[in-house]
Amino acid sequence: MTSTLRSESIGAGEEAAAGPRVGVLALQGDFREHAHVLSRLGARVSLVRRPDELAEIDGLVIPGGESSVMDKLSRSFGLAEPLKAAIGDGMPVYGTCAGLIMLADRVLDAIAGQQSLGGLDVVVRRNAFGSQNQSFETDLDIPALGDEPVHAVFIRGPVVDSVGPGATALATLEDGRVVAVEQGNLLGTSFHPEITGEYRFHEYFLGKVRDRTQRSTH
Amino acid sequence: MSTVETGSSRVKRGLAEMLKGGVIMDVVTPEQARIAEDAGAVAVMALERVPADIRAQGGVARMSDPDLIEAIIAEVSIPVMAKARIGHFVEAQVLQALDVDYIDESEVLSPADYVNHIDKWAFNTPFVCGATNLGEALRRINEGAAMIRSKGEAGTGDVSEATKHIRKITSEINQLKSMTRDELYVAAKDLQAPYELVAEIADTGKLPVVLFTAGGVATPADAAMMMQLGADGVFVGSGIFKSGNPEARAAAVVKATTFYDDPAVIADVSRGLGEAMVGINVGDLAAPHRLAERGW
Repeated sequence: MTSTLRSESIGAGEEAAAGPRVGVLALQGDFREHAHVLSRLGARVSLVRRPDELAEIDGLVIPGGESSVMDKLSRSFGLAEPLKAAIGDGMPVYGTCAGLIMLADRVLDAIAGQQSLGGLDVVVRRNAFGSQNQSFETDLDIPALGDEPVHAVFIRGPVVDSVGPGATALATLEDGRVVAVEQGNLLGTSFHPEITGEYRFHEYFLGKVRDRTQRSTH
Repeated sequence: MSTVETGSSRVKRGLAEMLKGGVIMDVVTPEQARIAEDAGAVAVMALERVPADIRAQGGVARMSDPDLIEAIIAEVSIPVMAKARIGHFVEAQVLQALDVDYIDESEVLSPADYVNHIDKWAFNTPFVCGATNLGEALRRINEGAAMIRSKGEAGTGDVSEATKHIRKITSEINQLKSMTRDELYVAAKDLQAPYELVAEIADTGKLPVVLFTAGGVATPADAAMMMQLGADGVFVGSGIFKSGNPEARAAAVVKATTFYDDPAVIADVSRGLGEAMVGINVGDLAAPHRLAERGW
């Protein structure tokens, strides 16, 4: 049976035929918003829920959502171990909010038994701002993405409590807390560019995917 | 210095976006909240009585005791929602002060105002509201709701009303998509909804907020059917903790919601769940006991 999730048109036009193949983890959360942005930027997008679907992609986005749910489902359906292997193998992965939590080597304030995939040498604190009443939007200066500030929406978001020697902070709040990090082919943000029409993070990520696929074909 | 804005539409609607593809479970104790979180709920709805008990016991159903809501907030780290009566803006003020993550202005409780719903723009905390059709959904969005759930018939374990309402809403959206501009003015009048919202939906083909389904969902297959009918996610009220094995059923409904289009997974998770909640057929309910008819 062809899954309706996969057969559904997510905007891949003819011009996208040669674009990088990017998966969006579709266990729970705002994966359609990411798929939309990536398609608009020319990627060939597929939604990933099963281990065999990882073979068809060169990069992965882990969306916003509830990290404890993504963790449970990725382990129950045999996706966690192949994902860890792909991350270890250098596949570019971008995580927003829950996705950042999934990529962190260590998670604070997790639920009992919660695990992450790891890869980013950071300690991330879940729900670092408190309840939804403390969720907010603001502008961030992110030199790596150019002069124009990034409008960032934080929804019960995490922050990076400490950045290890392997990782680099890309953005901080005015109080100094780190909210975007990078380490090799991994990228994580506490906020959600996918819901604000901000495409620069996805472009930056697709650059990593293109670099890697070009290198592997030479 | 850059400004920091809380309680904007984007922030309020954004939390619902992050709940998509997930299951929100009714819980009446911190222990149930823990079971729900461990089973993979994306959020819990804290209340004193599940709809099936409200139905059985009768009387006026109100906002829950703040002590109970706070105990549930303290127990779990996923978002906690709580219900205020339709039109009861002071219950909503109390829930906002308790720092709940979402307020449900709910027909499951006894309405406090038979004319006005709450002015939800006045709050920093986002609201979810029930709807049986598109016009009702748009009126709630116009009042500031940041998330809609189709109503179904809560506390019955009979999914037929949930099916009716989600089908009705999606079919009315599809009709708008095929209309010309002059027809949209009439559609707005017929739907008793603001023209701007009607025109926006005709253009985008979807509600401007997330749409979950609620009311009568009792099995993994029920949840998957709601997803196949176009829901963004599912509320399960009495269906979990009124069943024989809440832990297993909760986890199964979560999995079926993610793999809603994969019958093999749904079959697998549906095995050996024990007794489902004892249902009431909606057709056997006398009209005054139909909760979906509350709200307008």
